[in-house]
Amino acid sequence: MCSCSCSHEGHEHDHNHGHEHHADALIPVIGVVTDIRVDTPDVKTFRVTAPEGGICFEYMPGQCAMLSIPAVGEAMFSITSSPTNREFMEFSIKKCGTLTDWLHQIEPEQELTIRGPYGNGFPVDDALAGQDLLFIAGGIGLAPLRSVINYCLHHRDRYGSIDIVYGARSSSDLVDIDELKNIWPTLENTNVHLTIDREEEGWDGHVGFVPSYVKELDFSLDKTVLLCGPPIMIKFTLASLQEMGFDKTQVYTTMELKMKCGVGKCGRCNIGSKYVCKDGPVFRCDELDELPDEY
Amino acid sequence: MSAQILTVKMENIGNLFKAIAADQKLYLPLEQAGQVQFLPYDPADDSQKVRLDVLNTVRSAKDLFFPQSENMVAFKKQGKKIDIIENREKVEAFTVFGVRACDARSFDILDRVFLSEPVDVSYAERRARGTVVTLACNEPEETCFCETFGIDAAKPDGDITTWIADGLLWWQANTNKGVKLTDKLLSVDAGLFVDSTGEAKALEEQQEKIREIISQLPLHGLSLEYFHKEELKTIFNSPKWQELSEACIGCGTCTFVCPTCQCYDIRDYDTGNGVQRYRCWDSCMYSDFVMMAHGNPRTSQVERFRQRFMHKLVYYPANNEGIFSCVGCGRCLAKCPSSMNIVKVAKTIGGEANV
Repeated sequence: MCSCSCSHEGHEHDHNHGHEHHADALIPVIGVVTDIRVDTPDVKTFRVTAPEGGICFEYMPGQCAMLSIPAVGEAMFSITSSPTNREFMEFSIKKCGTLTDWLHQIEPEQELTIRGPYGNGFPVDDALAGQDLLFIAGGIGLAPLRSVINYCLHHRDRYGSIDIVYGARSSSDLVDIDELKNIWPTLENTNVHLTIDREEEGWDGHVGFVPSYVKELDFSLDKTVLLCGPPIMIKFTLASLQEMGFDKTQVYTTMELKMKCGVGKCGRCNIGSKYVCKDGPVFRCDELDELPDEY
Repeated sequence: MSAQILTVKMENIGNLFKAIAADQKLYLPLEQAGQVQFLPYDPADDSQKVRLDVLNTVRSAKDLFFPQSENMVAFKKQGKKIDIIENREKVEAFTVFGVRACDARSFDILDRVFLSEPVDVSYAERRARGTVVTLACNEPEETCFCETFGIDAAKPDGDITTWIADGLLWWQANTNKGVKLTDKLLSVDAGLFVDSTGEAKALEEQQEKIREIISQLPLHGLSLEYFHKEELKTIFNSPKWQELSEACIGCGTCTFVCPTCQCYDIRDYDTGNGVQRYRCWDSCMYSDFVMMAHGNPRTSQVERFRQRFMHKLVYYPANNEGIFSCVGCGRCLAKCPSSMNIVKVAKTIGGEANV
């Protein structure tokens, strides 16, 4: 249960009166891993709650949190769940380093430390409001977008049509979330377009890379695009979108660099004069043009 | 603020230090193992060598507000449980005496980082409890270029400004904190100071002398005009970084002696009885500084070298009303083992103004 006074059933406002933050932004609180779901051979989704239940702190879609197992490491992860979920937070984490290797071995009831939220998040209440939305994700890049997708679907009347293009190396690398297959495609004015890189037995869906699939789908040019995936995928998809006639001002992406503090002071995650942890991680693609190409 | 100017005879300066240190820690430039650093003064220890003649301590005075290493929080792990144990050191009131004009300005530069939201609690506490007594530089050195940043070595900032002239230490409080310390010293020993307000001719002559020396220094007139945010990408893409960085061995000395370098790392170690999390200075000159599990955006020294100077001359000013993140203390000029420094960068990249 959330310790704040509002009910989490069907509340319509995104409240900001959540748990007390520590006066020192660098000191974490305890989170409890209540459930672990295996999504792909190298991605697991961890469900985290405060020790008394409920979410650990208020946040917005696209914001991040610092997770740590003391003496193992601390790292920044995008929050995969939507803030409209008052029961728990979720983190979809790919096994790729010291801390993530360790996280992939833990079992439910394991405690970790968590601090946040960090970063700006997607402009869900401003630039995205009232727009037709096109989400494009590659691999683990669905993690931050899933938060926005569920937020938008929760507040369905605030947005126009929703298209989700999602690709991965193989069908087993598509993050195996219930929503992707059984919920999102069934919703009104919401379309899911899946693709995998290579032909595969038993796969009757689309085969091909995301950048070319986006072109094939021939979307109308009035959509606002939210793009996330490996750097190479972002680069080529952005090129496809521009060839189709989209402007960079219509495309938002979310960045990732090494971080230690999360509050723009440790000097690590800058791209030029911007700190990804504080000024990002969400950037409009034309804003990135103003910055040095060092990411 | 008080325009009152007090003096104490230089031969009695030990009494001043004892009076300050009576109820708080006093940091002075002390010589230890051949190096001068800001270290705690011990009135009972006659062997301590106070070096008010040395301009630059090896490490800058930032150490006192942003320590090289400090504990943040501890953890106890038991099975799947984790306990958070807050064990950050309590900061007591302290005074630092002998801070030079350049280092004094560095606090303003660090304030803009650490006191902006969310405020860095540890730094803010040290700033709130620390009283800064500055000392004018009677003999600026060849590596000095604080003048480039509008810093006046003849009248440093600080809670209290002091000068040495005519066998006297001249003392002027600038802030409430400075007045408070002065009043306290007078309440302990009314005869400690002589009121020399209106009789400061010797002090004014000393200031003129200092400014005259500065106007003759080799780096006088160094221009940073070229470095502004509109040129960010042009400067970033300059082919000159390659040649400039070739001498850099990535030792990080420049970042450790720099009064404005603020990068830090957060790390844990197993104490045998739990886990201690601490933060310590880090250096963008190191190869693993931005290394992630999936790669490293700065794989060579030219990129790391460029980052450091871009930050000081372009990125920081872009975020802080054009203020450079350099105070011209000259430590990097004196300490770099391969004789590379910010002045060479400014002259090489900085356009025609410096030819």
